[in-house]
Formats: sequence, C-alpha cells, structure tokens
Amino acid sequence: MAEAALRLDQVRKSFGATQIIRGVSLEIPAGERHAIIGPNGAGKSTLFNLVSGRFAPSAGSIRLHGEEIAGLRPYRISRRGLSRSFQVTNIFPRMSVFENVRCAVLWSLGYRYAFWRDVAKLRDANALAERTLEQIRLTARRDAAAGVLTYAEQRALEIGITIAGGASVILLDEPTAGMSRHESESTVELIRSISAGRTLVIVEHDMGVVFTLADRISVLVYGEIIATDIPQRIRENAAVRSAYLGDADA
Amino acid sequence: MELVTFSLLNGAVYGLLLFMLSSGLTLIFSLMGVLNFAHASLFMLGAYFSWQLSRWVGFAPALVLAPLLCGLIGAAIERYGLRAVHARGHVAEILFTFGLSYVIAELVIMGWGRNPIENRVPAMIDFAAFHLFGTSYPFYKVLMTAISVGMFAFLYGAFKRTRLGLVIQAALTHPQMVGALGHDVPRLFVLVFAIGSALAGLAGVIGGFALLTEPNMAANLGPIVFVVVVVGGLGSIPGAFYASMLIGIVQTFAVALDYSMLDLLGAFGVTLTRADRLYEVAAIKIAQAAPIIPYVLLVVMLVVRPRGLLGTRDT
Amino acid sequence: MTRERLAWWIAAALALAVLPLVPGLDSSFSRSLLTQMGIAAVFALSYNLLLGQTGLLSFGHAVYFGLGGYAAIHFLRAINGGLPIPVPFVPLAGAAAGLAFGIVLGAVTTRRAGTIFALISLGIGEMVHAATLMLPGFFGGEEGVTASRTRAPHWLGLDFGSQLQVYYVIAFWLLAAAAAMYAFMRTPVGRMCNAVRDNPERAEFIGYNPQRVRFVVFSVSAMFAGLAGGLHAINYEIVAAEAVSAERSGVVLLMAYIGGVHHFIGAILGAIAITWLQVSLSDYTTAWLLYLGLFFMAIVLYVQGGLAGIVTLHAPFVRARSAGRLLRAYALAFVPVAAEVFGAIALIEMAYRRSTAPESGTHMRLFWIAMDTSTPWPWLIAAATWAAGYVAWRRVRPRIAAEWEAVNG
Repeated sequence: MAEAALRLDQVRKSFGATQIIRGVSLEIPAGERHAIIGPNGAGKSTLFNLVSGRFAPSAGSIRLHGEEIAGLRPYRISRRGLSRSFQVTNIFPRMSVFENVRCAVLWSLGYRYAFWRDVAKLRDANALAERTLEQIRLTARRDAAAGVLTYAEQRALEIGITIAGGASVILLDEPTAGMSRHESESTVELIRSISAGRTLVIVEHDMGVVFTLADRISVLVYGEIIATDIPQRIRENAAVRSAYLGDADA
Repeated sequence: MELVTFSLLNGAVYGLLLFMLSSGLTLIFSLMGVLNFAHASLFMLGAYFSWQLSRWVGFAPALVLAPLLCGLIGAAIERYGLRAVHARGHVAEILFTFGLSYVIAELVIMGWGRNPIENRVPAMIDFAAFHLFGTSYPFYKVLMTAISVGMFAFLYGAFKRTRLGLVIQAALTHPQMVGALGHDVPRLFVLVFAIGSALAGLAGVIGGFALLTEPNMAANLGPIVFVVVVVGGLGSIPGAFYASMLIGIVQTFAVALDYSMLDLLGAFGVTLTRADRLYEVAAIKIAQAAPIIPYVLLVVMLVVRPRGLLGTRDT
Repeated sequence: MTRERLAWWIAAALALAVLPLVPGLDSSFSRSLLTQMGIAAVFALSYNLLLGQTGLLSFGHAVYFGLGGYAAIHFLRAINGGLPIPVPFVPLAGAAAGLAFGIVLGAVTTRRAGTIFALISLGIGEMVHAATLMLPGFFGGEEGVTASRTRAPHWLGLDFGSQLQVYYVIAFWLLAAAAAMYAFMRTPVGRMCNAVRDNPERAEFIGYNPQRVRFVVFSVSAMFAGLAGGLHAINYEIVAAEAVSAERSGVVLLMAYIGGVHHFIGAILGAIAITWLQVSLSDYTTAWLLYLGLFFMAIVLYVQGGLAGIVTLHAPFVRARSAGRLLRAYALAFVPVAAEVFGAIALIEMAYRRSTAPESGTHMRLFWIAMDTSTPWPWLIAAATWAAGYVAWRRVRPRIAAEWEAVNG
C-alpha cells in the first residue's frame, strides 16, 4: 500500500494545563480531498498549526510522506512539500500581488539565498508566478500593493501564496470565511482546480463547500476525532448529528 | 576585607539604583511593548528637578515633588505623544522615544547649561550612618537603599494586593484580552507610564548625588539599564532585580580590581613582554575593562539563554 | 534593467561628475561638504538595507562603519610604509573588515528581531566603543589612528592630495555601492528581505528561515558600512573612537529615517539634508541638535515617509496639474507657521544663550533684531508670536484639509 501523504498518530497538544488536542489519529492518502469539520473551539486550527509546524505537539507523531515532521520549524516542513493557508489573511501587505506570489515560488525552484541573480530575469519563477496569478484570477491586480486589495481578493491571494510553490500537501484554513455565496462558489472552483493531483486538507464551516469538495470528512470535537468517513455516511452518523450537524438540513 | 565589604555595599547601592530604573522600564515595556528610550532621560530630569526644587523649597519637599513632576511629564508623553504612535508598531514607538531622548537632553542643556551642576548631598542627610573598619559610610546611601527597598515593596504590594494591580498583571501578558474585558486600556497606559516615569524620577533624585548630574547622565546610564532589562528577562521585575544586583556588584568590584591577565599568568610563572602579540590584551586591567562588563554579559546571555534570567516573553 | 532606470543611473553619474565643477560649488569648502555628503550617503544606504528593506532597527551600526574605517586607515598606513596599492583601493579594506565583523557579530545579533535586536545592537555598539580605549595598539587611544593619502603610489597620474580628487574617489564608490545595493534588493534574498519585513511568520511558511535572511542582509549591510568607513578614512586621514560611537549610530538612523525609509533614494536625501544641517546649522546656533531632534520627532509623528515620502506624495498632483491649488492652500499656512517657528526659535535661542554662554552677556542679535535677554520684553514678544501663530494655524488647518480632500477626490 502506498505511503499515506499525511499520517497523524495519537497527536496531543496541551497549553499549560489545558489539553486542546486529545489524541488525534488520522491517515490521509495521497490525492485525497479531506475536510475537517467541528464546532468552534474543537481545535481545528490548532491541529493545522501542529501539522504545519507553528506549534510542536506535546506527544504523538506526524508523518509527511512517511517522514516524521512533528516539532520541526515551519520552513523545514514547507520545504518538504507541505503548505498551508491562514484563516486570518497572512500576506505581505507592502509588496505587490505579483511579488507576493513570486516569493512563494523562490525556494521550491531552488533559488535559496542567492544574491547574484536578478529576479526579473528568473524565467521559471516569473512564469510560475504568472500562471498562479491566472489561476487565482488576480492577473489584473498584479501590480497593486497586496494591502489595498479587497477582502475576497486577499483571500484569493492567500490561496495563491499557498499553492504557488507546488506543495504536494495543501492545508486550507477556512478559505471561504466571510465570503458571499457567489464568492464562495468561485473559491470552491478555484480549490477544485488547484487541488487536482495534490492532497488537500481543508477546515471549513460552510457545509455546502464541505459536501461538494470532500472525498472524506473527519469530525473533530473537543480535540478528538469522533468520526472519519465519506460525506454520505457522516451526514447520517448519529453522533456527528448530535455533536455538530444537528437534525436540520446540512 | 575592607575592600570587599565596601565594594559589596556600594555595589548593592548601585544595583538598587539600576533596579529603580529598570523596574519602571520593565513595567512600561511589559505592559505596552514600548521600549522607552526616554526613560533614563526622566531619571536625569528627576536629578535636575530635585536640585532646582531644593534650592527653592528645600530637600524634603523636593524629594516628593520631583518624582511627581516626572510622573506628570511621563503621563503627558504617553497621552499627547506616544498614543498617536502606538498603532504604527513598535519600531515607530522606539523611534519616537529615541527622538524624545535627544530633545530632553537638549532641553536640559537649555535650562541648566552643558556643565555638570553641583548636586551636593543636602545638609539634612549629609552625615555618617555608621563606621566600618575606620571609614564612615554615608547616610544618603542608606537612604537610597531604604527608598529602593520601599519601592520594591510598594510595587509588589500594589500588584499582588490591589485590583488595579491585578489588571496590570493580567495586561502584562495578555494586553488585548484585558482590553476586550472592558478595561480602559489607554488610561491604563497613561497611568503605567506615569508610574514608571515617577519611579525613574525618584531614582534620579537619589542617584543625582551618587553620580555626576550632567546632561550626559541619561546617555551614560541608559544603555546599562537596557542591558539589565534584557539580562533579567523581559517582563520580569524580579529578573530585573537580580540582573541589577548582579551587574551593580560585579561592576563595582571590577572597578576596584587592579589586576590583569598578566598578573594571572604571572602567578603561573608565565611572563609576557611587549613583543608578544597578546600582550596588549593581557595587560588590560579589570578596572579598565569594567565599562564593557555589562555588555559582555549581554552577549553571553543572548547566546546562552536569549530569554534572560527569568524572562517570560520572547519579544 | 529598463531603459528608464538606466537613464536615471547615467544621469546620476553625470551629476556626480559635474557637481564639484559647478560655479558656486567649486570652493574647497563646498567640495569638502559634497565629499562628506557622499560618505554619509553610502553609510545611510547601508543602514536602510536594514531598516527600510528588512525592518531591522539598529542603534549600533556605527560599529561596522568605524571598524571598517580603522581597518582602512591601518591599510593606508601599510601603504605609507611601502605597500604598492593606490589609494582608491583602500575602501575595499574597509568593506572587507565590515563584512568580516558583520558575519561574526551578525551571527549572534540576528537571532532575534524587533525590539530585542535593537537592544542588542545598542549593547554591542557600547561594547565596541568602550573597547576602543582598552586596545590602544589598534585603536590609537584617544587620539585615534592617522595615515597619509599622499604617501602612496600615484594612479592615473593622480596623487589624491586635493579635495577634488578625493571627491571623485568617493563619488565613484558611492555610485558603485548604490548600484550594488540596488541590485542586491532585486535578488531572491533581497526580495525575501522585504517579505521578512512585511510578515516574517508567513515567510517561514513559504520555506525561508527569517533568521537566515536577516543574517545575510546584515552582513551585506555591514560590508557597505565598512566601505563608508574606508571612505571616511581616506577623506580625513584619521579615524578615532567617535567613528564607533553611539552618536554616529544615532545620526545615521536620523539620516535614513528623515530621508525616508520607504524609498531607495530616501537615504541619500537624508544624508544630504542632515550633513548640511550638521555642518552649517551648527555655525549659526548651539541649539542645532535640539532642532534636529524636534525635526526628527515631527517626521516620526506626521510624515512617516520622510523627505522622499513628501516628494512621492505630491508627485501625482504635479502630474495632474492640481499642484497649484495645493500650493495656494499651503501658502495660507505660511504666515502662521512662520510665526510659530520664529517665536519658538527666539525663545530657544535666548534660553540657550543664558544657560550655555552667560559670559557673553545678555545682549544678543537674532535675525538682525537686537535684544536684551535680561528684560522680560523679548521673552513676552517671542511667546506671543508663537501663540498667535498657533491660533492662526488652528484656523487655517481645516481649509488646507479641505483642499487636500478636493484634489484627491
């Protein structure tokens, strides 16, 4: 059996005396679109922070393509092919949209800390940045400072920065938060296209988005996963309904 | 023995002076994240005000009025100056207080001239407290100690026992949360800035006798206070206390020691001559090297333990 | 490099070449001033790599300037002793020393950013400054180290004795350094400097170690600061402890910030302005440091973009030809502001005279007006002038704000 893209084993995280993540085990095969849902305060963002390296887990193992990454610094994890977006937009406000995306491709193309080459002359970096801009449909705004974009444009840029480097595992933290129905729909289309051939893990509150996109869904409640299954079975799961979905139409 | 005792006493007094200054700075920094470059300037103003007020109304009232004045100035700085800058981030805040330190130093020159002023210990506290080994120990240094200890006690009591103290304690580590809970954080800032500045002013009143009262006072003492804050650990008043005492005592001892590496090597039978390459470095006497000791300590601390002795925050 | 950019660089090179030959600027004093501005510009540009481009606030950048200067002056002494290298190559010794110290000290100091970094830089600055008195062999004690730039091999027929020749050496290195720093900012690591400035956390999530980025730019910045120190050594033929002092660190900070940290050219504008103030204003008044400090605080509070920011703020209006309206609005403020300024200057100057030069007596001249500071009249009139100006300014301000809205809308 092929190595899972992402594998969590009894991951725990405590902040002081409070245990936020209470032993999460999860296996996500390569290429799957996996959604994590759950009530507020369940620990979804914390889980992302643990996987992407923002925090180190108190216990447990996290493997990316078979390699242990628990406790590594974010840049090391990023270099191994895992990239994440943020719930609160986290971009480079004083740089142009194009520059934001171009910075995101530099490491993966091998430019490291080079100080002898002009970025304007890096054909592959510029081409990749342009392609990414087209994908997130911000080509028209390429020269605008990222800080002056509208909220939806910034969310799109946020996703653009996350995927530009060609990561094989992508974590998206509430990508449609605060968006209108129309904006959510185009964002879903965007996510669908960029996740082709990659592993996607997405945290979301919008059930419409979740059930459209996800191959499988995990439900996180009070730091524990109470169910992992295909969308249809999650919808019918009694425990999930009482903890989160409710009996009304999802 | 005599040397050790006096160095210890003087070192402790100097350390307490550093603590008076660094506690106010730590308070302001912990609560607001503002590195107040003008803190030592308020210390200097305390010394000058005390001298001026003593000439007008006598020392005892000056002891109260000078710190009060510094507190008011501190409140004004926060209310009318820094408040506009907070939103722009820490770099802007530091730059503002940095410029302010220049301006205050020049205003002091404008008021009292470029030369040191004769800030003599006032007659009412100018007597010997006790005698040790045949030399008298001045009372004003005992007074300094008493005031510093009293200050620590006051800070400790105020923070642990009063409601306002609790709020400030909470805001030390979670300022946004405190604001979200409904406390008037801007007013809290003004209050804390005023208290910190008043403490600096009080230190200045006393310190003005021990050190030379001149316009360069702030620039001379300021960097050492910063070192104390970093070495003691950001956000920690007890840490500032230990760091102050450490630096105060070590530096005072160092100044009294006229030995160098040459002497140490000599004790092992190794002699160096001027022709040897390391002669110059080895010939440096500890007393000569005293000024850089705090900074060497800073570098060592940053390499070994960046959080400082008792630090709770990383930035 | 686009055509337009290349044109700007060529224009700058020509301007530098022609400047000391322009009538009015061709005196020995002016050429010396231009040279000082050139040295300051290299130093300020190196500083802005840290502050404006990477968000690192340093209070001890003079360490690399000074250590570079000391290395260069010793190199020049070696040349005086027979080393066959012409003077224009001396600054390279400064650059090498700056780079070496930048790497060694940078490895320790760039572990942290923000406020801690600022404090560390202050501590190291004080440490190096204190060390200069402890090692008289290298630092020359209180008097510093001297060398001669004429006891050296001639190059292209020049002996580098005259101020004009020294100016051209500095101008060459200024152009080379500025071009190199500009190019550096356009490299991958240079772009990541901006990213680390804007959002160090996000930079980490796209694969870069922010500490390493800071370390690289710090070393590069120290190298150019050392280069500036080398230019300083050639120009003055002496390097002393003040070259690593806190004052020098403070002044370069003022230059970079007042000039404007958001633009490359800001550092150059700041260097020109502050050098001019240092040299000429100090001739007129002993209070010049106070004026500089107040000016700096005004920029921090009101004009964060500095001098360069003022230019770019108004550039669109010049293009749109609405600048005239704005200027007329500003003209309204001229009298009130002038009154405030004159009143304040009068009070400050009178106070300084009394406190710093009481032996000169109480009679003084200010702006061609004679006054006796022992009488209350000059004080009252000055205070009244300031107050009147302040009141008038408050009245005029809404009008200007309205004009501003109008041209923007």
